[in-house]
Amino acid sequence: MTTLLELAGISKAFGGAVALREVDFALEPGEIHGLVGENGAGKSTLMKIIAGVHSEYVGEMRLDGRIVRFASPRDALAAGIGMVHQELSAVRALSVAENVYMGVQPLNRLGLVDWRAMRHGAREHLDSLGIAVDPRTPMGALPLGLQQLVELSRVLFSGARIIILDEPTSALSPPEVERLFGVLRRLRDAGRSIIFISHFLDDVLAVCDRVTVFRNGRKVAVEACADVDKRWVIGRMIGAGHDELEESYLSDIPLQSPAEAPVVLALEGLGRAGAYRDVSLAVRGGEVLGIYGFLGAGQLELARTLFGALPPDRGRVLAGGRTLRLTSTSRARRAGMAFLPESRGMMLFAKEPVFKNMTISILERIHRLWLRPAAERAIAREHVERLRIRPPDPERPLGTLSGGNQQKVALAKWLTHLPRVLVLSEPTRGMDVGAKDDVVKIVRGLRERGIGIVVASTEPETVLSLADRIVVMKKGEVVREFADEPVSKDRLLAAA
Amino acid sequence: MSDTQDDAALVPPRRRDARAWLAARLRNIAPLATLLFLVAFFWIASDSFATFGNLTNILTQISVTAIIAVGLTFVILCAEIDLSVAAIANATGIVVAFFTLQDASVNIANVPLPGWAAIVIALASCYALGWINAFGLTRIGIPSFIMTLAMLQIAAGICALLVRGQIAYSVPPLIGTLGAKSLGPVPWIAIVAALFLLIGHLVLTYTRFGRYVYMVGGNRDAAEYSGVNVRRILSAVMIISAVCSGVAGMLGVAYFGSAQQNEFDTYLLDSIAAVVVGGTSLFGGQGGIGSTIIGLFVLGVLNNGLDHINIDSFLKILIRGLILLIALIINVYAQRVRLAEAGG
Ligand SMILES: Nc1ncnc2c1ncn2[C@@H]1O[C@H](COP(=O)(O)OP(=O)(O)OP(=O)(O)O)[C@@H](O)[C@H]1O
Ligand SMILES: [Mg+2]
Repeated sequence: MTTLLELAGISKAFGGAVALREVDFALEPGEIHGLVGENGAGKSTLMKIIAGVHSEYVGEMRLDGRIVRFASPRDALAAGIGMVHQELSAVRALSVAENVYMGVQPLNRLGLVDWRAMRHGAREHLDSLGIAVDPRTPMGALPLGLQQLVELSRVLFSGARIIILDEPTSALSPPEVERLFGVLRRLRDAGRSIIFISHFLDDVLAVCDRVTVFRNGRKVAVEACADVDKRWVIGRMIGAGHDELEESYLSDIPLQSPAEAPVVLALEGLGRAGAYRDVSLAVRGGEVLGIYGFLGAGQLELARTLFGALPPDRGRVLAGGRTLRLTSTSRARRAGMAFLPESRGMMLFAKEPVFKNMTISILERIHRLWLRPAAERAIAREHVERLRIRPPDPERPLGTLSGGNQQKVALAKWLTHLPRVLVLSEPTRGMDVGAKDDVVKIVRGLRERGIGIVVASTEPETVLSLADRIVVMKKGEVVREFADEPVSKDRLLAAA
Repeated sequence: MSDTQDDAALVPPRRRDARAWLAARLRNIAPLATLLFLVAFFWIASDSFATFGNLTNILTQISVTAIIAVGLTFVILCAEIDLSVAAIANATGIVVAFFTLQDASVNIANVPLPGWAAIVIALASCYALGWINAFGLTRIGIPSFIMTLAMLQIAAGICALLVRGQIAYSVPPLIGTLGAKSLGPVPWIAIVAALFLLIGHLVLTYTRFGRYVYMVGGNRDAAEYSGVNVRRILSAVMIISAVCSGVAGMLGVAYFGSAQQNEFDTYLLDSIAAVVVGGTSLFGGQGGIGSTIIGLFVLGVLNNGLDHINIDSFLKILIRGLILLIALIINVYAQRVRLAEAGG
């Protein structure tokens, strides 16, 4: 059996910054190959080279033994290579069916787009991933997780021989992940090859046949998954001195009873048609409330409501004893609310430098009439250092940072002038082990300072590692609360 | 870092860097190169082009467009469009004349008021039209393209009703001075235009509002989720655009020496062209007054220069169209390069 895809001595630099250093990589036919590494290790960059996004690099790539160099994603696609990018590239204005068939619409005998075949096919593909959405729904109306599944189905069923998935599960909850893995295994058994990038090491080890580890732009190891465990993988990813990190990731934290602090945020019978029903909750200062649920359970919509982005139909929210008017995000911000949405695209300005991204929400605190960029830069430099953002340069356009580092910039927005309540939606999405740990530390630090924090997530690890108290939502309703008791991933999943 | 040494060997050849650098700055360089080329071309092709008198001509000719383009730059930076600028300019110019005492020969049912009152009413009316644009866009949710198209009709209707096919000539003295007189060798209208450009630049570059304008244009969702009041920013730019147009309309009436229906029609295309030719992105978030100034001069030099060489006057219209097309192509292409750079 010859190797399907082989890369040798691949190096890639952006300007003066080196993203990949003489990397070798091999993909066999009929395997699921995991790729792991910290944020900024170069995973996405290597995949973009394979998929024809970056056509300028040093080194050579062989497909079926022949040297190839793709000039564009279209070339790669023609050679049978399809990729789902880390940042969703769906067209929000088009329907789900059109997104599934992007660029390959079926035609009827007259040469026109065959809409019926398209809807039919789309429904079939989506069914096999276990999603029940009408293919005519506009993409933009779907929550992030469903958008991710639609994008996945576009590439999974495109007939590509090599399928690259860059963090495909970052917005999915366990049931969808299981179904996705089922599809991946079927595709593999049918002879396709899949590259799977993820920061969920358990997932990688469960579904992949082999795993390649990257560290700082270099390939440091490749092994059969059956021969290694999570501890080994973390060790290769982080290098020396990783014991503490490892602990923080491997062990769960027992929930502690919150101190008797005043209630900073109270939800009373909050409801919104099609999203959540009759939610009553209270958050104390210095407490982290986790809201866990599967995709579509309503916790992410609830989080948006608290920042004035999705007005509720009924009920009310009290902040510091006063009714909060949830009609605009700027009003919510001035009332001391802060929010981190689940998608980076909804949060960040890709073409603007890092420092402008960090100060956009606090401009009126640091400027009177005229802007003072020097003050902004000073603030940004402090955050870059504190959050260990790589590369440590506040002048860089944000879009050139790796996914996980962008997420840190998003968090930094709210750290200069502390809000009263911080609402985090999937705060560690796309972050590596070390960065997740950084977020845990930041959130703990904020808690010490008396801020009320709400963490909404579809990812059990996230709420478990951050929250003092956890409520579980199911189909729009709060169904269970865990406080003052030990809680594990299994018990959370069972409740949802 | 210990890696620095072998890093150097991995960085691809300089030539590629230079190309990427050029491509990324295409948006800024191309308009300036176009301008230099046009100046050089007309300088050589015509004796009468490169004179001091003609420079003053060009400045005067682009002044009305410039004042409109200042407001339009704000709108386009927010990734919106205002198609009603010329119509609002026309309406405002007619309103100011309507409230000024006209010569007995002018057959308009005008309402003579003191000059300052006429000016205040005119400013209030362009503000009101801008407010309606803003309301339609941000509260009702009509796309700016459609909303301002409707406003174009409404403002044209106001013009028609007020002048009823007649022509008015008198404007308040202040407007007359600023629109048609000179301070020494420099026409007042050019000074006003320069002032508008300067203030527009200062606001966009050095104030919080300006930063919000860029951010709303760069990524509206992200601005919203950062707690920026996107509606208020959009409303403000629509009103700024209308008020700039109104001022341009009043001075324009003095400059032309008359107020009548349809006299600003060409300014819609000219002002949009000035902003876009200068390199401000139609997708929002990129560009600024500096670009608009270059765009104004490209159009001004082109329009003026074509008058100095012997050329079929109908061909001129075609040439202007072609230049606009090229600018649009560069604009869209530059956007694509930037997207690729920022990583897809
Ligand atoms: N278009 C670009 N311009 C400049 N630098 C870039 C660009 N794309 C990536 N980089 C840099 O290359 C390095 C590797 O980035 P890459 O996106 O491959 O990381 P990653 O392993 O996918 O990380 P993550 O897990 O955070 O997604 C980072 O330091 C990043 O800042
Ligand atoms: Mg990545």
